[in-house]
Amino acid sequence: MSIFNFFRAAPRASAVQAKERLQIVMAHERAGRSGPDYLPMLQQELLAVIAKYVNIDENKVEVKLDRGGDCSTLEVNIELPAREQAKAAAATKAAEKPAGNDVGAVKRPAGGAVGNAGKKRI
Amino acid sequence: MSKIIVMTSGKGGVGKTTSSAAFATGLALRGFKTVVIDFDVGLRNLDLVMGCERRVVFDFINVINGEAKLNQALIKDKRIENLYILPTSQTRDKDALTREGVEKVLNELSKEFDYILCDSPAGIERGALMSLYFADHAIIVTNPEVSSVRDSDRILGVLNSRSRRAEQGLEPVTQQLLLTRYDPERVEKGEMLKVDDVLEILAIPLLGVIPESQAVLRASNVGMPVILDEVSNAGLAYSDAVGRFLGEDIEHRFVTPQKKGLFSRLLRRSA
Repeated sequence: MSIFNFFRAAPRASAVQAKERLQIVMAHERAGRSGPDYLPMLQQELLAVIAKYVNIDENKVEVKLDRGGDCSTLEVNIELPAREQAKAAAATKAAEKPAGNDVGAVKRPAGGAVGNAGKKRI
Repeated sequence: MSKIIVMTSGKGGVGKTTSSAAFATGLALRGFKTVVIDFDVGLRNLDLVMGCERRVVFDFINVINGEAKLNQALIKDKRIENLYILPTSQTRDKDALTREGVEKVLNELSKEFDYILCDSPAGIERGALMSLYFADHAIIVTNPEVSSVRDSDRILGVLNSRSRRAEQGLEPVTQQLLLTRYDPERVEKGEMLKVDDVLEILAIPLLGVIPESQAVLRASNVGMPVILDEVSNAGLAYSDAVGRFLGEDIEHRFVTPQKKGLFSRLLRRSA
């Protein structure tokens, strides 16, 4: 060990990171275990509503669930057929805040996810 | 009425079979008539760890299928009075474990034994589910490592929702943590989760901490439950855990690094 290492701040112990990562992932897994698993149903119903107005291709639907520490984002991207571009409303989003988080926890700014809304591919 | 214990973990390779062999031996040493059952159909290993692999004629699955009597399949341990092993089949698969069949065998065993210890296979499929379904007590074997802790949490969820006690709305299965392969020196360096970290995350009572020990491999090499190695830290820690399970108040040992004297440093041997 060189003398310089002595003055350098010790790296964050890996065990501390292990604990933090476990706490985050397991909080979500436990929440999902106790509550009803409504995501597939929600997705189906959302698609059904959109399909009433727009002709959508079910193979061109992209569902992404992003689990963050404070806030989870469900992102549903639906690709609309080129002709119906004008009909807007291409993406639906639902953000849920899991129960049991600290009051006053910072919620992720909605703007980040909005960037994806209305995404269209031609 | 006998008590049914399941030794489970979700994750494989964390020490379920080692712990089952040690725990069953410990219970028998204290005078309780104990049987340990291997539920890992197709991948049997309890017989090897217990050192009775050459005495297996009939197995658990033969008894379930009515091909053999229970007494023909039970192997009496040669070292310890009151200790019996019920090996499983090496050729069938987990589908051979029917709920009715397992229940029938457990009912028959419970007439004779004080403790029935079920050694669960890894995973959360049929074998693991059958091993925990009838349990009164669950011992969750966990290593201080992320994947093991996560899988233990998963199996706790399964115990709370899919065991007989959960399904029938009875008193829940009691759950205790057995933290194995614990290395106090690495914990001190901040490289390994502390006992308290794991307890905080899993939120179940601590049954025991088994230190990482070379004695475990030495014991399985010769087919001897490590609890019989009375000079090893692991053996002593298992013995303490059995005492705690039976309600004794025993302080936890081997959770802080041992001060090594000059003599043991020269010998370079950690038990």
